[in-house]
Amino acid sequence: MSSSIVTAATLGLCSCHACGLVMRPGSAFGKARCPKCGAAVHIRKPDSVRRCWALLIAAYILYLPANLLTIMETGSLISYRKDTIMSGVVHLWKSGSCAIAAIVFIASIMVPLFKLIALTILLISVQCRSTWWPTERSRLYRMVELVGRWSMLDVYVVTILAALVQIRSLATVRAGSGAVAFGTVVVLTMFAAMEFDPRLIWDPLRKESKS
Amino acid sequence: MKDSPQLPDFPEVADAVLERRQNRSSRLIWLIPIVAAIIGLSLAVKSYMERGTVITISFKSGEGLEAGKTKIKYKDVQIGEVKSIAIAKDRSNVVVTAELNREAKGLLVEDTRFWVVRARISSGGISGLSTLMGGSYIGVDAGKSSQHQEKFNGLERPPVVSMDVPGHQFILHTKDIGSLDVASSIFYRRMQVGEIVGYELDKDGNGLTLKIFVRSPYDRYVKTNTMFWHASGIDITFDSNGVKVSTESLGSLLTGGIAFQSPEERVDAPLAEANSEFTLFASKEEAMKRPDTIVESYLLVFTESVRGLPIGAPVDLRGVTVGEVSKINVELDPHRKQFTMPVEVRFYPERLRARYRKKAPKGGAMNSRDLLDALVEHGFRAQLRSGNLLTGQLYVSLDFFPKAPPAKMDWSKSIPEFPTIAGSMEQFQTTLMQIVQKFEKLPLEELAVDARQTIRTLDTTLKSADTLLKNVDAAIVPEARSMIIDVRKSLDDVRKTLDEARKTLGEAKQTLSSDAPLQLDMRDALREVGRAAQSLRVLGEYLERNPEALIRGKKGDER
Repeated sequence: MSSSIVTAATLGLCSCHACGLVMRPGSAFGKARCPKCGAAVHIRKPDSVRRCWALLIAAYILYLPANLLTIMETGSLISYRKDTIMSGVVHLWKSGSCAIAAIVFIASIMVPLFKLIALTILLISVQCRSTWWPTERSRLYRMVELVGRWSMLDVYVVTILAALVQIRSLATVRAGSGAVAFGTVVVLTMFAAMEFDPRLIWDPLRKESKS
Repeated sequence: MKDSPQLPDFPEVADAVLERRQNRSSRLIWLIPIVAAIIGLSLAVKSYMERGTVITISFKSGEGLEAGKTKIKYKDVQIGEVKSIAIAKDRSNVVVTAELNREAKGLLVEDTRFWVVRARISSGGISGLSTLMGGSYIGVDAGKSSQHQEKFNGLERPPVVSMDVPGHQFILHTKDIGSLDVASSIFYRRMQVGEIVGYELDKDGNGLTLKIFVRSPYDRYVKTNTMFWHASGIDITFDSNGVKVSTESLGSLLTGGIAFQSPEERVDAPLAEANSEFTLFASKEEAMKRPDTIVESYLLVFTESVRGLPIGAPVDLRGVTVGEVSKINVELDPHRKQFTMPVEVRFYPERLRARYRKKAPKGGAMNSRDLLDALVEHGFRAQLRSGNLLTGQLYVSLDFFPKAPPAKMDWSKSIPEFPTIAGSMEQFQTTLMQIVQKFEKLPLEELAVDARQTIRTLDTTLKSADTLLKNVDAAIVPEARSMIIDVRKSLDDVRKTLDEARKTLGEAKQTLSSDAPLQLDMRDALREVGRAAQSLRVLGEYLERNPEALIRGKKGDER
């Protein structure tokens, strides 16, 4: 990066996220507000890394019960099943719907795991002030943010089925405790991704170019 | 305001409004992972707590079982749930995987029994009606073993007696199950005191082994000498007192049952231990009969056919069964070149000696030997008799045959040989056989051949006779007719001739009548002849006396 690149931060300025007003943030301590619209302004998201870590760790913790506990109980006259995500995938695969099995596997197991790992990589790299492939890391972050909400697909399916299929003894679908954990994981990773400030990826570069 | 010196100043840029408020502790964010950890831990703990012991039970059929719904109940308290139902790899049965609560772990021992409780209508009654509404469940009967086990074989029907009912189990041996079934009742003095728990065919297939359970406190009436008998059905006895119908309870009439009792005179026998073995008798009479403790075996050698003599056939002494046939053999007698049928019989001398024993001291082997020898000397013999002419069933009869050829008991053999006599039926048969043999000896075939020849000859003869007759018919009849006409004419002539002859004869009669001159003449002439004959006789006599007169002449004057 050439030193000629000027960022708002190097100029001691910041913009309001809400109205786009450029201002001087003033003291690094305390909260600054936009003089125009009153929204909170900051050069970098405060405590971004720490919050992100906290949420990420919580997501990691809940990822285990989300995968180990039953996510859906389906009962019908003929059969009764208690499925975890993985057993559901296996069941789908065995019963011939390989495409759906793949979708569920990717959306419910791979994507959350990918998000968790990607965020971990980003956080570690930011903490180490790594200058390693900043563009790719930025792209990774965008991907994490983009893909985040789609992981809730599973939870939607379960909740909708649980709400719809309640024909007493004929057929019932119930959400298991795994679904709660899974939903929480997805929400937590989304929050973690939100908390993460992608500008932090670029900060070490500026410092490096300066020195 | 801090401005970078090398950067241009932006005087028009507004300053952010600063809030003096202390920034909220950013450490609060760590509550989230802590809460997540707590939730995660609690979920883990919960699932660990919920996770009981997983057991598998195999049943013959999965009827009424539903994964996730069917409960497992011990004394009607839920202790677990069926998790999944699968078919065994060999497809012989259904494997039910169930999860039991942690507190039910103590139940999982070797002899714990599982069965499906469903509505059942059996001879014993209706059970499990509640399952019609609430669905079937799996019942548990806690075992007493200490051997932990997690794989069980489910029972097909509920156990009759649960493990915690006090009482004793006994084993009965029988030849025939009759109408008995699992859960059939056990009666003691017509009071229901237990059930049949199970039965199985003996390995050799020769009988059945029944397991019965007698509840406490009635199990103390089962003594070592207790007799068990089939109490099922109706026992109708016709005797001189009339008709007697006896049954156990009406229930046992329908479902069958077993009754037991100890012989009245020996009530002080020791208690039977659990799993003692008894014999199940067919009827009370048979059971309560004086037990035949003394058994003597004898060999009866018959030369006749023993067809129709089954093993177990009675040995009968004037209508009283005193023994039974235990073995039938065939033996070749090499000296006499004939087959003999050694029949082994079991003889129960106690049945004979019930009265006799009171007088004499306990009859030993010697005593009975002497007695038997004496009896045999008086013509005591065994004989095969026909019990039923239609079926040809035979029995061995003991009786006195004073005219029987003398014989003796043969005590030298391992099984003493008792003399026999040919049966009445046998004698009859022999006679019949002889007759038949004589018949057979007749040259029937030759006779038949002869007869056939004769018949053939006769046939030809008849044929020739026939032709002859035809010839006669054709040739002779017309002639005969003319002849007959001639004959008739001749007869007419004859009649005329006869008339004339009659006339002639009438004339002759007139001629020959007594007063006819011819007759008179004849009479005179005959008289003359008579006289002549007389004088001839006189002459003869005279000549006889005086033959010399022929020469000298008559000496008539000498007188």
